[in-house]
Amino acid sequence: MMAGKRNASRAARSALILVAAGLLAAGCGSSSGGTGGSGGSPGAAATGAAGKVPTANLPTLKTVGKGEGTLNLIAWEGYLQPQWVKPFENQTGCQVHATYAGTSDQMVTLMKNGGGGQYDMVSSSGDADLRIIYAGDARPVNISLIPAWKDFFPAFKSPAFNTVNGVHYGVSLQWGPNVLMYNKKSFPVAPTSWNVIYSPKYKGQVTVPDNPIQIADAALYLKAHNPALKITDPYELTQPQFQASVKLLAGQRPLIKKYWGLASQEISEFKNGDATVGAGWPYQVSALKGTNFPIGAVIPKEGATGWADTWMLAARAPHPNCAYLWMRYISTPKVQAEQAVSYGETPDNKLACPLMNKLQKGSCDLYHANAPQSYFNSISLWKTPVVTCDNGQQDCVPYSQWQQAWTTQVTQ
Amino acid sequence: MGRPRPGGGRPEPPAAAPGPGGGWPGLSAALWRRPWARATLLLTPALAWFVLIYLAALVVLLITAFWRINAFTTNIERVWNLGNFTLIFENPAYRDIVLRTVGMAAAVTVADAIIAFPFAYYMARLASHRTRTVLYVAILLPLWASYLAKVYAWLLIFTHDGLLNWSLGKAGVGPVNLIYTNWAVFIVFCYIWLPFMIIPVYAALERIPSSQIEASQDLGARTWRTLRLVILPLVLPGLVAGSIFTFSLTLGDFITPILIGGTGSNFMGNVIEQSVGIANNVPFAAAMALIPVAIMAVYLLGARALGAFRAL
Amino acid sequence: MEPRGLRIALRIWVVLVLLLLFVPIALILLYAFDRSNVESWPIPGFTVRWFSVAWHDPDVRQALLLSVKVGLLATVIAMGLGTAVAYAVHSFRFFGREAISFFLVLPLALPGIITGIALSSFFAFRGIQLSIVTIVIGHATFCIVVVYNNIIARLRRVPGSLAEASMDLGARGWQTMRFVTLPMVATSLVSGALLAFALSFDEVIVTVFTAGAQNTLPLWIFGAIRLGQQLPEVNAVVSVIIAATIIPVALAARIAGSGSVTRSARAVEKARG
Repeated sequence: MMAGKRNASRAARSALILVAAGLLAAGCGSSSGGTGGSGGSPGAAATGAAGKVPTANLPTLKTVGKGEGTLNLIAWEGYLQPQWVKPFENQTGCQVHATYAGTSDQMVTLMKNGGGGQYDMVSSSGDADLRIIYAGDARPVNISLIPAWKDFFPAFKSPAFNTVNGVHYGVSLQWGPNVLMYNKKSFPVAPTSWNVIYSPKYKGQVTVPDNPIQIADAALYLKAHNPALKITDPYELTQPQFQASVKLLAGQRPLIKKYWGLASQEISEFKNGDATVGAGWPYQVSALKGTNFPIGAVIPKEGATGWADTWMLAARAPHPNCAYLWMRYISTPKVQAEQAVSYGETPDNKLACPLMNKLQKGSCDLYHANAPQSYFNSISLWKTPVVTCDNGQQDCVPYSQWQQAWTTQVTQ
Repeated sequence: MGRPRPGGGRPEPPAAAPGPGGGWPGLSAALWRRPWARATLLLTPALAWFVLIYLAALVVLLITAFWRINAFTTNIERVWNLGNFTLIFENPAYRDIVLRTVGMAAAVTVADAIIAFPFAYYMARLASHRTRTVLYVAILLPLWASYLAKVYAWLLIFTHDGLLNWSLGKAGVGPVNLIYTNWAVFIVFCYIWLPFMIIPVYAALERIPSSQIEASQDLGARTWRTLRLVILPLVLPGLVAGSIFTFSLTLGDFITPILIGGTGSNFMGNVIEQSVGIANNVPFAAAMALIPVAIMAVYLLGARALGAFRAL
Repeated sequence: MEPRGLRIALRIWVVLVLLLLFVPIALILLYAFDRSNVESWPIPGFTVRWFSVAWHDPDVRQALLLSVKVGLLATVIAMGLGTAVAYAVHSFRFFGREAISFFLVLPLALPGIITGIALSSFFAFRGIQLSIVTIVIGHATFCIVVVYNNIIARLRRVPGSLAEASMDLGARGWQTMRFVTLPMVATSLVSGALLAFALSFDEVIVTVFTAGAQNTLPLWIFGAIRLGQQLPEVNAVVSVIIAATIIPVALAARIAGSGSVTRSARAVEKARG
């Protein structure tokens, strides 16, 4: 009995000593450690819209040298198909190593991974770019080293989401919509409105992305169907507008079969009959069409959200020459056409259109590669919701609240 | 009696002169006379590893739980605050998630114990030597098939037009709707962790001397009584050891819920993984992570009391 | 001893459990030959091209190589440190012994995600770049525990009398260790090392948080699952691994499952009465 008590107190004592030792070891690192990623950078304001970019004065590359042999890229699923990656590897000797991400949030996080020296570039969308830039994880790009850039559509040459104060932090890539996908067998007539994914008629057959930015999709729907809310920009929502959107999504949850987080999940859901309608990317549509599955895709009358992607250059890219070689390669009309047709998106290079039609007849029109202004206006491109609304007022709901609401009120 | 001595307390070495063989007779003799020197030599590398890396990492995690991140850039701000904890405890969604996870872990543990016990019993007490080896290989082999591949195979079994519904259709029974539900997650967890439960239970059963069982029967107890009063208490440490694995593995897993689970399958592991890998809110993830740590600490102390560590 | 009905019931149970264990494995093997690149049931047709695709895929080779490297490194570290600690904890009484045995279980008892995020924030905290080194550190931490558990379980079953007898006969400490104790724990060391390697080879949760831009095989598999367009290639790779490991696993089972040491120890007990 006494021995047991003595043993217990001895165990407790030695445990305390071990933990104290661990504390010491951890404490020894606090002064020296924590580069880059940790410790709030002084310039980044909480609202982020104003404020300095920590890396704005970093030197850019003057000339592109020989490739380093490796290139570490963070990309959306479908952006690094062998069709255009293999020729690049053969031409430049830069072996591409892909890490896939399914949401902009993941991309922002990956860029910070281990102090940020892991990856060379990321194909992030407009809602991630500024966050990456203001966090100091992006490096200025010498745009004169990328000849194909001058052939880009004006809207994508120096867009606000990847160019700050005239400094480019990447090169624009392609852009596209989040489409309404449907199984043609279940929907012989193509749906014309997003209301199908909010309708109890399709309970247990709906799938939407597991991404807080979906709240903007709900806001877009309410913009058309609930004018009293006076929603103008689905990414700038006041509290009442935000709450209404979240409520719509919470009400949608019983209809949802699965919130997909990986592109392949949506492909599998449609293929295996788990879902018959939902929101997705053109990549899933292409993949399903490739297996002769009766999939249809449409941009409903309310419009759609979308994304414009940029290949951002990492602040501490370990292989800058390969990175520039990639930026040059991926912006040429031929590769732009290949990617656009394969994925189903719209290239930023004006000259890609005829090449797209060569790869797949009619694809230039199908994917709006001529980019008529009307199409451009119907897509609400992703951008990071911040407190400062575009009209200067400070009552818009910031993205952190979007994330919280998504986890605790929508998906739970 | 010839029972082996408990592992502590080596008897004092004979003061005999050093015997033949080996260099450094002086060092060897010096070490021999100072058991603490030998102990220190053996312990230091592993302890250094544990304290300087693993424990330090856990301590850093603990500290991080009290910090927060800059909402826009998601850089960590070392400002001491309890915001993460208030968020977790005040929001009913997180409470639901915690309860859901603990419930699932408990259910998987109980189910695996029930499945494993008869299997291990057969292996330990009824199987011939060759059968036992074959069965052992049969349990170990699935451990070498990738976890991800196994989970994906279950996805293909459970999916709406998958193997299960196809077989049910052939048998004339209607389709079931298992995929993207917690039932599917439960089944997959039970499947994946089963070998981890069978092995310690088998080891414990194997150690029970036949003499004890025979004695129990000589005293008139029939099979069920022998099982209940003799075998179960002796196998309990093995069951508890196996349960440590199944419980803790289920508590923190996020991959199976992502691949197999549906809208009600947000578990603690998912919240933590999303906080770190997606929202980059490491302080919140750390605060959330302290919950499974606390749960397992309690579980481990209980397991220790039940003697599980003797059976590991 | 057990009634016949019970024996039959147990046999049926074992067969059912074996079926449960192996149906998914059989599916993995089957889908490796799936003609379609998006997996579904029933399988539309069969082909062997995925094996060729996997063979020629440089990503697969790199990932496989990295996994083997990490596994070997982690296992070697684990064998050294784990054996030393097991021996020390078993043989010596010292301050903190109870606490150490308790703490050594933590890497296995705490969910892997905890180890993962703890290590990743620790590395970020101290400015350590994620690389193969950090992956090995993560794996070795739980591998040490696996080896430690195996060896200390065996040491506890080895009658102390044998070591005493050896010393009575004049052997010194390390001689006893080398000629008496080590052979008795050798098989548990081997089975512990094999188990540690298996766990490291298939480890995904801790690796997600401690790997940089490198891919171990499980990370590559997860990336392939994300894409969803070349899944039978994954099945092909996994099938080859299963086939390749049947022999070592059978060997390991022979060594560890036969209970030879237990039997001889019990025989010694019986002889001494």
